[in-house]
Amino acid sequence: MAFEEILRQTRSLLCLDCGKCTGTCPVTRVDPTYSPRATIERVLAGRPEELINNDHLWACLTCRLCTTRCPSGVDYPAFVVAARVQARGTGVEGTYAHNAVMQELMGLMTLPVKQNRTGWVSGQMRTAAQGEDFYFVGCLPYFDVIFADLGVVSTEVARNTVRLLNRLGITPVVSDDERCCGSDLLLNGDEVGFRRLAELNVRTIAESGAKRVIFSCPECYNAFRNDYPRVIGPLPFEVVHLTELLAEHVGELGLGGLEETVTYHDPCRLGRYQGIYEEPRALIQAIPGLELVEMRKNRAQGLCCGTTGWVNCGQCAKGIQITRLRQAQATGATRMITACPKCRIHFTCALNDVGEEIPIEVEDLTGLLARSMEE
Amino acid sequence: MGEFRPRIVVFACNWCSYAGADLAGVSRMQYPPTTRVIRVMCSGRVTPGFILESFRQGADGVLVTGCHPGDCHYISGNEKALATVERTKRLLHLLGLETDRLRLEWISAAEGARFARVMTQFTEQVRALGPSPLTEHATRSTQYATRDTPHHR
Ligand code: SF4
Ligand code: SF4
Ligand code: SF4
Ligand code: FES
Repeated sequence: MAFEEILRQTRSLLCLDCGKCTGTCPVTRVDPTYSPRATIERVLAGRPEELINNDHLWACLTCRLCTTRCPSGVDYPAFVVAARVQARGTGVEGTYAHNAVMQELMGLMTLPVKQNRTGWVSGQMRTAAQGEDFYFVGCLPYFDVIFADLGVVSTEVARNTVRLLNRLGITPVVSDDERCCGSDLLLNGDEVGFRRLAELNVRTIAESGAKRVIFSCPECYNAFRNDYPRVIGPLPFEVVHLTELLAEHVGELGLGGLEETVTYHDPCRLGRYQGIYEEPRALIQAIPGLELVEMRKNRAQGLCCGTTGWVNCGQCAKGIQITRLRQAQATGATRMITACPKCRIHFTCALNDVGEEIPIEVEDLTGLLARSMEE
Repeated sequence: MGEFRPRIVVFACNWCSYAGADLAGVSRMQYPPTTRVIRVMCSGRVTPGFILESFRQGADGVLVTGCHPGDCHYISGNEKALATVERTKRLLHLLGLETDRLRLEWISAAEGARFARVMTQFTEQVRALGPSPLTEHATRSTQYATRDTPHHR
């Protein structure tokens, strides 16, 4: 896609040069040289190479906070992703976190691998190979290995999700042939790899006979909902986020009391991308004895977890994460609940850096619900 | 069908194992021509990403070599290498690749004979496993052609 076309499709042509985006952007707060407004201006002035050859291309979190303020409806994150595809075409890539191990894994999953990724399933859980409902787990088993040092066990989310679904009488399909959803590859500008992963996943799901796919990860969910249809056409099944499904049947979960005060962090892709703000809150509030307190910035104004796409993680990410954790601390909550496994990893990473200074725990919503279910 | 000749990527640290490989060479010791040696300053520089990239580009086996415990030029790089290899084996298992395709060995600058022996043994080990299931597809897919000369900015 040529830059003129990108400017048109993302409404960047309509930019008024008002600077509201820069004024809201969490990245600009930490790095004042970063300006979405100025970036659009340079490309509008016919100098896209200044964007392609600039670190700022990889600095955007695609968090969509700016789009909630833009008076012209400019989709800056979409503009950035399209520009990254262009950049990659000329051989330019960002600086990857963790020595690009995620990019390697995503790349390998585009190849004919025969994975063993369902080892987290344990005895008492009911799962199936064929059925109506497919549980799309995402890369949690890989995260367990890569982030072992952080002390985060991401597959807990998968186990708790199955327990919750079983409680509702759902026996989900889980598959060794699932691939990474590719969302992060797309954020890295690799549209070819993304399309390949999308095709492989849709084929695996279709072969399982599933009519509905359930997601615990907002990024996978958003990829299936927003990006798959755009890239490979309409999907032959329904997609639903776990929190939407559980909120509908909250009475059947048998939630027991927990005497705690918690706050809730809105993941960008569940909140601003999908508009799911109330379902997770309704689930938290359904736990007897539990108090939910809001952070100063919540729902559509919620702050991003500081890094996306496993690219460009650094001082800026840490600054944003600490700001968010301080907002959580200020509520007096003992735990910050999130509904995204990646948010949990990034925040825990920042907490490990600051140590005792911010005495708050980050927990996935599924973990909280599973604890309450055991009471 | 010709005999399967595995493609093996060897990461060798500058201070011990690479010198060991040199010694094997100048001493004219025989070992199979299956290896591509990549010199790194220390085995601790090898990341899971390096190892996975090797497999993605079509390696049938990867060997990481470094100084013996206590001898690392940078004190503890080889301890890091040990942890990296263990972790990467877990990733290989998830990906459905045999963990025996990855091996770690300590080889000193004086151990030319050991270098040659390890290469021979590892070649046999990989040969027994057969070609990597990824090889026919992994070699130079156009999609990743740009990865050869990345401009990190
Ligand atoms: S999407 Fe988020 S990080 Fe990117 S420019 Fe907008 S506010 Fe800043
Ligand atoms: S907020 Fe919208 S109109 Fe204003 S500078 Fe940013 S992109 Fe342009
Ligand atoms: S915040 Fe930590 S875990 Fe997340 S990408 Fe950055 S370094 Fe990795
Ligand atoms: S220098 Fe040889 S292993 Fe560190």
